Amino acid sequence: MNEFMNQKMYMEHILDLYKNPLNFGILDNADFKERCFNPSCGDEVEIQVKLKDDKVDDVKFIGRGCAISVAAASLLTENIKGKLLNDINNLTREDMMELVGIEVGPARVKCITCSLVSLRDGIRSYLEGKNVRS
Amino acid sequence: MVTITESKMEKLREDFPILSRRIHDKKLVYLDNSATTQKPKQVIDAITDYYTKYNSNVHRGLHKLSEEATVKFEEAHNKVAKFINSDSQELIFTKGTTESLNLLAYSLLTDLKKGDEILLTQMEHHSNLVPWQQLAKRFELNLKFIEIDKDGILNLENNPINNKTKIVSVAHTSNFLGTINPVKEIGKIAHENNALFVVDGAQSVPHMPVDVKDLDCDFLAFSAHKMLGPTGIGALYGKKELLEKMHPFNYGGDMILEVKFDDTKFNNLPWKFEAGTPNIAGAIGFGAAVDYLNKIGMENIKNHGLELTKHAMRRLNEVKNLEIYGPLRADRRGPLVSFNLINIHPHDTTSLLDDYGIAVRGGHHCAMPTMKLMNLVGSTRASFYFYNTKEEIDYLASTLDKVKGVFK
Repeated sequence: MNEFMNQKMYMEHILDLYKNPLNFGILDNADFKERCFNPSCGDEVEIQVKLKDDKVDDVKFIGRGCAISVAAASLLTENIKGKLLNDINNLTREDMMELVGIEVGPARVKCITCSLVSLRDGIRSYLEGKNVRS
Repeated sequence: MVTITESKMEKLREDFPILSRRIHDKKLVYLDNSATTQKPKQVIDAITDYYTKYNSNVHRGLHKLSEEATVKFEEAHNKVAKFINSDSQELIFTKGTTESLNLLAYSLLTDLKKGDEILLTQMEHHSNLVPWQQLAKRFELNLKFIEIDKDGILNLENNPINNKTKIVSVAHTSNFLGTINPVKEIGKIAHENNALFVVDGAQSVPHMPVDVKDLDCDFLAFSAHKMLGPTGIGALYGKKELLEKMHPFNYGGDMILEVKFDDTKFNNLPWKFEAGTPNIAGAIGFGAAVDYLNKIGMENIKNHGLELTKHAMRRLNEVKNLEIYGPLRADRRGPLVSFNLINIHPHDTTSLLDDYGIAVRGGHHCAMPTMKLMNLVGSTRASFYFYNTKEEIDYLASTLDKVKGVFK
């Protein structure tokens, strides 16, 4: 039965995170930051990462997005604290769905992965030495 | 012209097979007509007829099928030309509005010199911004913009036109704000300053009578799929004396009269601008779409659109915590309304409406700079065509309350 299949995505924890996102704000002394823009709907997420011994010491994000993308960014930032950059690089869209706890169709994949894309782009630039300390 | 009653308009729904589809076990309420309209069986049949009965390449074919295809293809040309009151020589088939505007930008800008200006507005669709912007960068030209006020109305009194302005290109109707711009007036201003005047008619030609002679525009671009026709075909109108002077955009077969190893004599209008095998099926479908619209009458379509828009403005204004963008007066709009529910992202609104069978668009509507100017990330847009009903709009309004319920 397909009834209210979209509404099923809007579970209580997602709506809570949308209204009160985790790790939302500006991080002073970030080692790198990267912005992702999802042009299909206008989701905008900037992730800022502070490192310590190649591990994520602290992370915050700012941006405007739909409930799915804001909840995803909240849970992703929470998840990567203390992790090695290389481990974060291996995260996939399936991991994001597991993390957020919903399955999304092609129309919403970009919403759930927007924060991951910006994080991975940020890590790549950082490792290539392009992204200087802000 | 006979005025068509609301019940007769509703009867036309039977011509559209897709409108009886069910979505998530609900009746489809299709309110995404600014993106593309649905197709009546008359258009679908015309395309099928071509492929099943006389499929063949056009022009120069000496066999029966090619003759038939050529007649139908050229007939379609004539129908579309007549639809906007142009001569058929002045009507070029393209892939759509985007290609029409690219054709113009590539063809016109090579003759401009460094420092020349192109004047657009702050409400253009990306297709009437990016081609000019990118070529302006390459040829060191300057882009200028007519500003909009908070209700999406152009500030014409304070427009930056001057003797360096060579091209003025403006949307007739904004696909995001819905504003119908006073193109006749803008055209006068352009011509007084010896600039060429281009109209993006993608959102106007499907919804109101558009007469290029009355508008006195130099060029008009529009798409078939926003007016019942198939995707992949559209048109560019240009004044004959201008098209004759212009460079072709694509080179190849069909656009030539005589080719030597070192030189080519180009074909006559409009073929000079239609290189390669054209979209024959698309053109025939476009012709059938125009026939269908003529049968209803564009004045009727315009009036019905206005009635629906008035009703939508009234009903949506009654929904609490909802803001509407664009002109406050329905008669200054094309048949579309962009809005947001406060604190709910348009993507979420659009997704949740889909559960109820309602198809609307959520996002930036290819108008990112305009969105940014208004400090928005996007909007939800409901856009109408003659087959829509007031009941569908009522259903949209009541369903929006349910969407808000999810976020409570």
